[in-house]
Amino acid sequence: MIGKIKKFLSGFLKKWGKKKDMKIGLYGPPNGGKTTLANRICQDWLGEDMGTASSMAHETREINIKEQINIKSKGKELTFNLVDTPGIATRIDYEEFLKSGMKEKEAKKRAKEATKGVIDSIKWLDEMDVVVVVLDATIDPYSQVNITIIGNLQARKIPVLLVANKIDLKKANIKKIEAAFPQYKVVGISAKYGKKVEKFYETLFEVA
Amino acid sequence: MVTLRILPYTEIEHLSSLGRIRKILNIAKENKIVLMQGRLRKEEEAELIKTTMEEIDKTFKGIELAVIYPSENKETGIFASIKNGIINTLLGDRQGLTIVGPATIVKQIKKDPKKIELLTQEENSKKKSSRKKK
Repeated sequence: MIGKIKKFLSGFLKKWGKKKDMKIGLYGPPNGGKTTLANRICQDWLGEDMGTASSMAHETREINIKEQINIKSKGKELTFNLVDTPGIATRIDYEEFLKSGMKEKEAKKRAKEATKGVIDSIKWLDEMDVVVVVLDATIDPYSQVNITIIGNLQARKIPVLLVANKIDLKKANIKKIEAAFPQYKVVGISAKYGKKVEKFYETLFEVA
Repeated sequence: MVTLRILPYTEIEHLSSLGRIRKILNIAKENKIVLMQGRLRKEEEAELIKTTMEEIDKTFKGIELAVIYPSENKETGIFASIKNGIINTLLGDRQGLTIVGPATIVKQIKKDPKKIELLTQEENSKKKSSRKKK
């Protein structure tokens, strides 16, 4: 009974407080460009970076939050806390990090941190008000990790915006992502070069 | 050698979410590929990933996971929707097929709406494959 009351109160407070500190989460598999997009948003509206992005998988291994980002588009205004999450994966092998020249001890430490990062990302799902799923548009979208992330957001009734990132690359295929997840809005962008980012902000207003 | 372990729905239907996850993970940790009749709920899939991450160590590097959902059947229209509704009521999460393999054996499970391919680590060759959609 107490549990039920607690759940009701937390749900009520979450809804009540939604406008005050809306949380927008960046989710997706590793190397989709979540931190690059987070940096793009922070640069555009705060003039500073959020975190370090690199081509190596699991560069982000902790939840990063940037508070009170205020964006404006076509006369509308939206204030939110941006949550950049570690990439979700089903496998982590420290030997993969060795291939990029990392020492064994460092690789093992990174792998350990990466597993914790995945756990934290999943735990934080319930805290989100809106989620932007960032996918690498050059990679096949039919992966189970993508389906599991999006399925969990659907089950939790959290609004979703799909970003098909890396459209500056020749292999990028937005249509394939649209075909894989036809029930969601998909915006093709290049977070790295700022291509079509305006369209991203416009669509974020529609979803949030 | 690759060992497949068939897990019929009757073996998991009485289990709790935690029990189902434990059962799948225990088999995968024995270096066997699980072919489970039915599927986990979305929240259970996330829980499976979380539990997998908690158990990664020197020998266990994680899993590869693929679920064939009944909704991947693209039939549309009112009759299909009624039919799907009835099937869903009768069978629930008994529908579909779940494949879970240890990452040390399964390199990748490639899936698109028409087929599913399981690539093993050994020689990176395609060992198993292909379930065509009706």
